[in-house]
Amino acid sequence: MKQNLYKYILGIADNSLILGQRMGALTGHGPSLETDIACTNISLDLFGQVRNYYQYAAKLKGDNTTEDDIAFLRKEREYFNVLLVEQPDTNFAYTIARQFLFDSYHFLFLTELQKSYDITLSAIAKKSIKEVSYHKRFSSDWIKRLGDGTEISHENIQEAINELWTYTDELFHQTEEDKIMVKENIGVDVTRLKEVYYDAVNGILKEATLDIPESKWFQKGGKHGIHTEHLGYILSDLQYMQRTYPNMEW
Amino acid sequence: MLEEDQNIETRLIPILEQVSDPEIPVLSIMDMGVVRSAIIENGIVQVQITPTYSGCPAMDVIGEDIKKALKEANYESNIELILAPAWTTDWITPRGRKALEDYGIAAPLDAEADKAVLLKGKRMVKCTNCSSQNTKLISQFGSTACKAQFKCEDCLEPFDYFKCFK
Repeated sequence: MKQNLYKYILGIADNSLILGQRMGALTGHGPSLETDIACTNISLDLFGQVRNYYQYAAKLKGDNTTEDDIAFLRKEREYFNVLLVEQPDTNFAYTIARQFLFDSYHFLFLTELQKSYDITLSAIAKKSIKEVSYHKRFSSDWIKRLGDGTEISHENIQEAINELWTYTDELFHQTEEDKIMVKENIGVDVTRLKEVYYDAVNGILKEATLDIPESKWFQKGGKHGIHTEHLGYILSDLQYMQRTYPNMEW
Repeated sequence: MLEEDQNIETRLIPILEQVSDPEIPVLSIMDMGVVRSAIIENGIVQVQITPTYSGCPAMDVIGEDIKKALKEANYESNIELILAPAWTTDWITPRGRKALEDYGIAAPLDAEADKAVLLKGKRMVKCTNCSSQNTKLISQFGSTACKAQFKCEDCLEPFDYFKCFK
């Protein structure tokens, strides 16, 4: 099996799975009907993308592995999503800040992944980027609305951006698999996205009348399976059915 | 032949036109542009379909409906889901656009106009009820991921707008 490619795909897909789970969990809890629908639609897009990645990974793995095995039957340390996407929905500002900080990266990442020499990854990227450009518009729009809104909304979104800022640097870390995949023209060199990312993000924050956080202390670990305490709780929800009723099917 | 071109055997077209999109029943899957190829190989119809959105929950049903329609016409079939080339709203046929409008869903504008209405609040989407362009975006996401919610400020009717996707 192509172990490096397999792990590389999980790294990409797990971000969408965990963020999709976070957004999906807001069903019925959005602050308004419109935002509720938006969050769940974004979740649905992400899950759709995840299925494409996991189906490909399952095919690489062989031995009758299915997409569901990959989604539901791994342990916490075997998920390689970045820490950013597992952070909780402390309030709506956190939901939007997390989405915005991730979408801004996701869009740049998929733009590059479209050029992958791996035709399946390139096809998934070409498909997904159309969806992600709508996510990015939605979350950027809300950053501006909250930042340039009332005193309270401004304060809340500034706090959320400040708190989540510490998880942004990890987006641009390379694992060993990443480096190998970049060399083979399959993967994206994320280190090269960093400058464009902060330029774009800072531009929107300014437009939203928000301060750009100055902190240079960054958290990392997710890409190596070392997570914040939140992931365990997410997985206990996500995996409940498969753990309780092994091999159940719809 | 361009990669974007469909490759569908003529005699299969009338059969496939009977299959409708489960979420927009007035629209056939052919007018939606999701069938990319359908050819008969050794007596079995090989059909390739592509999802509109990655998470489109209708794809399984569409696959089953195609199988059923072909079976009724005495064809066995295999359905394959393909991702490339990625679906775009440009593949919705003129007949499909009209069906959408008649059903109460405004058809997608071109990419630039789409951005203007969704981001800048420009009033360009035509109300499906009274044709006024005095319409306002309510929500960037509507009843499904592919639609946005609008409201007409003349006749006050809310309606869906099919977002441009390319």
